[in-house]
Amino acid sequence: MTTVYDLPLDLDAFEGPFDLLLTLVLKEELEPAEVDVAAIVIAFVERLAERDQLDLEACGEFLVLIASLLELKARALFPDEEAELGELEPEEAAEELARRLAEYRRMKEAAAWLSERLVAERERYFRVGPAPLAPRPERKLAPQDPHQLAAVLRALAEPPPQVSLAHMALRFPPVSQFLERFRALLSRRRRFDFDTEVSELDRIEQAVAFLALLDLHKAGEISLEQAASFAPIRVSRVDEERKSEWTARFA
Amino acid sequence: MDRPLRLITANPVDQLARTVEALLVVASAPLSVDELAQAADDGSERIETALGLLSDRYREGRSGIVLERVAGGYAFRAAREAAEACSRLFERPVERGLSAAALETLSIVAYLGPSSRPEIARIRGVAADSAVAGLLERGLIAEAGREDAPGGAVRYRTTPLFERVFGLESLAALPRLDDLGESAAEIRERLHSVAVGKTA
Repeated sequence: MTTVYDLPLDLDAFEGPFDLLLTLVLKEELEPAEVDVAAIVIAFVERLAERDQLDLEACGEFLVLIASLLELKARALFPDEEAELGELEPEEAAEELARRLAEYRRMKEAAAWLSERLVAERERYFRVGPAPLAPRPERKLAPQDPHQLAAVLRALAEPPPQVSLAHMALRFPPVSQFLERFRALLSRRRRFDFDTEVSELDRIEQAVAFLALLDLHKAGEISLEQAASFAPIRVSRVDEERKSEWTARFA
Repeated sequence: MDRPLRLITANPVDQLARTVEALLVVASAPLSVDELAQAADDGSERIETALGLLSDRYREGRSGIVLERVAGGYAFRAAREAAEACSRLFERPVERGLSAAALETLSIVAYLGPSSRPEIARIRGVAADSAVAGLLERGLIAEAGREDAPGGAVRYRTTPLFERVFGLESLAALPRLDDLGESAAEIRERLHSVAVGKTA
């Protein structure tokens, strides 16, 4: 007798020799859970019957292989039951097996009944369409007061307040204007008080003037003093000599 | 009719029967008495009387259209005598090529109520993924929530289409499981006799 490895199989999940099936399962290319082990056993037994001669070696080999396959499949199907079932006494295990087989048997019978039913009902033709539209749910409202509705509508009918666009008309005077003004001032006086100088300007102009002041300080043309936060800012001219001295010291 | 006098003196049920007939023609799935009553704006009892009238009018041998009680409601279908003609023109995609695995899976879901893939695999001893996917695609089963445990598997239940395809008035029309197959004790006995026979 040839080995069990070339046993031809024709299962739902696989068609080919037994050894290819084993290889695919071991390479994890075929889920052991998909393999119908009973069908393999039947194929093997049928072949045994054909030969009319018992090959003990082949049978032993087959038993070992099929047992390993069963174990793989059991682990794949019931990963969390391993411990639970392992603790069962042989008697209890047999009981559990019989219970499960009976359950499966009933489902198989039920499937057979459904199959017969399908044949019997083959002559019933009917229209199959998408599920009908669900009826619109009825919206339950609390009792309403018409006057309240009128009041709400009145509030809605009122034109909204005008949005102020004043900020869009703001004009910013150029910084250069203040640069020139401060330079001219400092050519006449050594120092001046920033707050006094800009006191008659509006807020925007004051802000631009302050920018000009910062520019001048950055360029090293002026020095700034302020006794404390929010105290008047004193602006003084940086002398040419002091400026060069400063440059030399920090260069 | 049980109470012909009252029905005749009230609004004749014929008119209601015409309304029910119209609703059933438009529907693509069986309509329950409640749905018909709500749509026709009439009482359930009168709807049932109207359905009785229609069942008599639309029955095998009398009409090409047959009114049947199926999937928890009423629906029109073709008369059986027209089945051959229907089969030349129409397919039955829902039940065509249902495998044994699919039928077993369907039985488990129909009998045990909402079941998950692991539960089905546990009973059948083979992974149920492709069978479940096929049944879902055919519309014979649908998702029905998840198992209670956190991250529980999706459960499936049978659909009204399942009852319709198998011509069941409801799931209660399935044969009782006790009447099918052997009991655990019988199987136990058989297992035992096989084991004893082998060792003897």
